[in-house]
This record gives sequence, C-alpha cells and structure tokens, in this order.
Amino acid sequence: MSDTTISQGWFTSLANPTRFLALSGRVLPYLATAAVLSLVVGLYMSFAAPEDYQQGMTVRIMFIHVPAAWLAMMCYSVMAIASIGTLVWRHPLADVAAKTALPIGAAFTFLSLLTGSLWGRPMWGTWWVWDARLTSVFVLFLMYLGLMALHKAMDDPARAARPAAVLTLVGFINIPIIKFSVEWWNTLHQPASVIRLDGPTIHPTMLYPLLVMAVAYTLIFFTLHLMAMRNEILRRRVQTMRRQAAQAIGGA
Amino acid sequence: MMSHEAFVFLSYGATALTLGALLLGIVADGRARRRELAELEAQGVRRRSKPAGGAN
Repeated sequence: MSDTTISQGWFTSLANPTRFLALSGRVLPYLATAAVLSLVVGLYMSFAAPEDYQQGMTVRIMFIHVPAAWLAMMCYSVMAIASIGTLVWRHPLADVAAKTALPIGAAFTFLSLLTGSLWGRPMWGTWWVWDARLTSVFVLFLMYLGLMALHKAMDDPARAARPAAVLTLVGFINIPIIKFSVEWWNTLHQPASVIRLDGPTIHPTMLYPLLVMAVAYTLIFFTLHLMAMRNEILRRRVQTMRRQAAQAIGGA
Repeated sequence: MMSHEAFVFLSYGATALTLGALLLGIVADGRARRRELAELEAQGVRRRSKPAGGAN
C-alpha cells in the first residue's frame, strides 16, 4: 500500500461523523489551551508594545483590528474550500464545516468593521467612508448574513447545502477584491503593510505582537469552528432520530 | 470627542464581548443538543446506523 493510499484512507475516514466526533474531542482541549495561551501572550505584547509616534496609543487597536480582518477573509476561504467538498466530493462533513463557519466569520467581519470604525474616528476624523476596502468588507459581512438566512430558510440541511455552496463560491470573488482594493483604487484605508512582496513595513516591536495576536485569533477560530461542527453533527443526528421515531409511529 | 484611550478600550471591550458571546452561544448550543440526544435515547429511540449496544 502506497503512502498516498494511506493518507487518502485517513482523510476519507474523517468523513465519518462519528470518527470526526471522537478525533475532534481529543484535539479540542489542546487547541483551546493553545488559543488561550497565545491570546494571553498576544494581549500582553500588545499593551507592552511602544505607542506610535503619530497615532499614540490608538495604534493598539491594530492588534485586534487586523487579525479580525484576516480571519474574516480566512473564514470565508475555509467555507469556499468546504463548498468545493460539498459540490465535488459530497463529503458529509463539508456542508457541516461551511455552515458552522458562517456565524464565526460574521463575528470576525463585524469586529473588523467595528474596530476599524473606532480606529478611524480619532485617526481619520470619520467613523466611515464608502471607499473600496471598507465597502468590500461590508459586502463580505452582508454575504455572511445572506448565507445564514439561506440556511435558516430551509429546514432540511441537505436541501440547503448545494445552493449555499454555489453561492459561497460565487461570493469568493470578493476575497481578492478586498485584498487588492487598496492597490486597485484610491482609498482612505492604508495599503497592505504586513503581507507584501517586499516584506512587512511595520517595526518589529509592533509586528511581533500583531503576528502573535493573528495566531491567537486563528486558534480561536479553529477551536470555535470544531465546537460548532460537533454541535451541528449532533443537531442532524437529533433530526434523523426524530424522523425515524415519527416514521416508526406512523408505520405502527 | 472621546479620548484616544476610550477608543482603544471600547475596541477591546467590544471584541471581548463579541467573542465571549459567540463562545457562550456555541457552548449552550452543544449542551442543548446533547440533552436532546440523551432524551431521545432515554425514550428508546436509536439511530439505524448505530450498532446494537455501541457507544457511538
């Protein structure tokens, strides 16, 4: 048996919800501990970092605003990959993964908009402008809400899975638009200063706290996502058992 | 006009509240689902795919 066969077999074995519940139950305590530890270290570093010579202490908003914005886009990317899993491989957990990432992604997008607004008011003199970056992130927030509404509108998760997957993939076009909006258009929002071809332009005293907070946010996302996926599997299990019980009563 | 400190603490406070509410919601949802499953199993309802006497 080749290595490829073994890894494929391991991957497809995760498609079994019962096996996924067992594996995620073992991983979750470690993931949650790592998330809490990295968050504590990240917060300490964020408040120990020097104040910016122009922005003063408001630069500390960057340590929660930027990771929230990254996670808003990463969460949608995870949903897009899961949607391919739903449409192409019909992986049983793909739809569960895409659906349960929605409220988490919406929360990170909301936080990115809110903290951006709270940072913009003292620095730009305004809470909001309809520039390309802010508007495209607002569209992302609306897409999260729209997809959540689509799932709510259909009682049967199996019926909602495919249209939601198609809509998610169509909406993925917004992710590169968000990323490159500050380069393609003239925006009040500053250009990228971390993920750049010529390297970060932030001083290490501010870059390291930012990166640690980004790691913490990523671990928080995966912890919450795994927990929500486990809940959704149990929800579908309850629905199936209730249907079976009703059929048994009807048959008798 | 609020002080700069107020903007920073509002940002961190809102983030803590939002992520805390998300965590609490997910934990509460999980408890509710496990309670429903336990009630169904107490009523003798079993999943067809579940092996007899199995722990899954």
